[in-house]
Amino acid sequence: MKPITLFQALLTLLTLVLLPLSAQASIDETINNAVAPIANAVSSVIFFSVPLGEAQLPLIVLWLIIAATIFTIYFGFIQFRVPALAIRLVRGVYDDPKHAGEVSHFQALATAVSGTVGLGNIAGVAVAIAIGGPGATFWMILAGLLGMASKFTECTLGVKYRNEYPDGSISGGPMYYLSKGLALQNKAALGKFLAVFFAICCIFGAFGGGNMFQANQAFQQVVVVTGGQASFLADKGWLFGLVLAVLTGAVIIGGIQSIARVTEKLVPFMAIWYLGTGLIIILMNIDKLGWAFGEILNGAFTGAGATGGIIGALIQGFKRAAFSNEAGVGSASIAHSAVRTSEPATEGIVSTLEPFIDTVVICTMTALVIIITGSLSSGAGLTGVELTSHAFGTAFSWFPYLLSVAVLLFAFSTMISWSYYGLKAWTYLLGEGKTKELIFKLIFLVFVVLGSSMSLGPVIDFSDAMIFAMSIANIIGLYLLMPVVKQEVNQYLAKIKTGQIKRMK
Amino acid sequence: MPDIYIVAYDGSDASRRTAQFAAERAKLAHAHLHLVYVLEWSPYSFLTQEELAERHQRRTQELERATQFVLTPMAQELTAAGYTVSAEVRYGNVAKTIHEIAGEKNAKIIYIAKSNDSGLASRLLGNVPGTLIQIANIPVAVVP
Repeated sequence: MKPITLFQALLTLLTLVLLPLSAQASIDETINNAVAPIANAVSSVIFFSVPLGEAQLPLIVLWLIIAATIFTIYFGFIQFRVPALAIRLVRGVYDDPKHAGEVSHFQALATAVSGTVGLGNIAGVAVAIAIGGPGATFWMILAGLLGMASKFTECTLGVKYRNEYPDGSISGGPMYYLSKGLALQNKAALGKFLAVFFAICCIFGAFGGGNMFQANQAFQQVVVVTGGQASFLADKGWLFGLVLAVLTGAVIIGGIQSIARVTEKLVPFMAIWYLGTGLIIILMNIDKLGWAFGEILNGAFTGAGATGGIIGALIQGFKRAAFSNEAGVGSASIAHSAVRTSEPATEGIVSTLEPFIDTVVICTMTALVIIITGSLSSGAGLTGVELTSHAFGTAFSWFPYLLSVAVLLFAFSTMISWSYYGLKAWTYLLGEGKTKELIFKLIFLVFVVLGSSMSLGPVIDFSDAMIFAMSIANIIGLYLLMPVVKQEVNQYLAKIKTGQIKRMK
Repeated sequence: MPDIYIVAYDGSDASRRTAQFAAERAKLAHAHLHLVYVLEWSPYSFLTQEELAERHQRRTQELERATQFVLTPMAQELTAAGYTVSAEVRYGNVAKTIHEIAGEKNAKIIYIAKSNDSGLASRLLGNVPGTLIQIANIPVAVVP
């Protein structure tokens, strides 16, 4: 990309955003009012809910959990059979040294995880507990464990049906396995339809959960740290969004991979630091650990502290787990499919670690810290990242500042990942081409600004709706293609067992 | 079976000197030369989404470039001067990979140029010849 094009791109963006500046005080409000009705309409369709007691059960959440359960049973509890093998694969135990320099299992997993570990782990969990009570944690962990089977299925297929172009570059993901895999079963028309449906939702998912939600929560955190309502930035979401958009633009349009690489490198350290701090807080309150687990189990089966009782806790837990680890959504399959392997099952096995790290480890840590510090009562009324910040802040007063850095980095890396997922879907629909790609990237940047200008409600609803909509097409495809996955994994596990695939170190 | 001398070669001036120095020794002993170019690579590094997708393509290009512009000219030069020369390029940790190749080839000695970084990083983390001397189980000649 030539610098002049980059400059033009940013200029266009600037004009787009600053156009309604005439009514400066209410820019945020204007954007909010304009987008909220659309967001509400979309989410009411996707989240069509049936009343269950006091609570509303969105059918889409049921859809994901049923799928995860079916995959778990169909593959004979695969997620509990292969963790040791998954770790050996990530360590490169079976890698042929001649393939050094290709994408390793570790790299595919690390990139996919840094796309997944985002605000869902910090803010989403807090939303779940604020509404669903401590019991939501239990259902979130359960959903995380089941989700490992969904992730396994989609990532095996992602590698199996990826496209390898003559120049050596790779495109993979649900678009490809839906269209290619189903064509082999004489369901070409259905496959194509599902692939297109998926791609459309993926583009909007990239704008929503992969972008607006991230920008929004990053902004909220910065406002809290700089003085809350009194902050200079409090009503200047658009300004924050603009800065974030310029940074994002530098990476995705300017092609400054070094910024992205720095973020990708910092994210694992941030995650370890986040976990470490969480662990220290739990150790400081070790006497309350039993009580906290009691609250979680009690809440899970009695609905204590939850809006809408047990079902309310369950729905919140399932919803947030799915939003955080994206199992069944199909997005991560795009990143995982770049690995260099002749055995698609290997990446499926490795990918089971992703929901585990994301949901069972990181999300649970957030939940435990919120519960154990008593922040549900002391921080009553708070939600999202503010609640998490409050909980960690009760132990370490400096924490909110560092959390803002973590939030910004997580948000940024998730946005970069999703811009890539969205772009892949966009080029799948419209074909490759510099101009087409630039248009997508510019729209993506506009959504960064929109995201940080809107209040939490409409943003979260819209992002949830779009991400979940992707799972409709993806899971139909997964059901039809799961015999292929079974065949792949069984022959691979047999090869390991008989020693046909040898350890290299 | 003639002896095999490993030469770490990356096209730099220092590595050229090393190759010439090794060639003179090889002449006396009627040994064969094996030029080795290792591209630094860790399977545990972090790549962005785009880098993942383009990795295979990049690798192919890097290998081609390393062979065509670095190894082949030197190998041809030495062959023309009457030596028996082979060459290979690999990815990995530089010192470890040279050590591995030496083992596979059953080589008698490794020639490598002296590392020209003398800064703090080199003091703390070590440098390629230093590491190679520590892990090698055949003689290593470090050419200044």
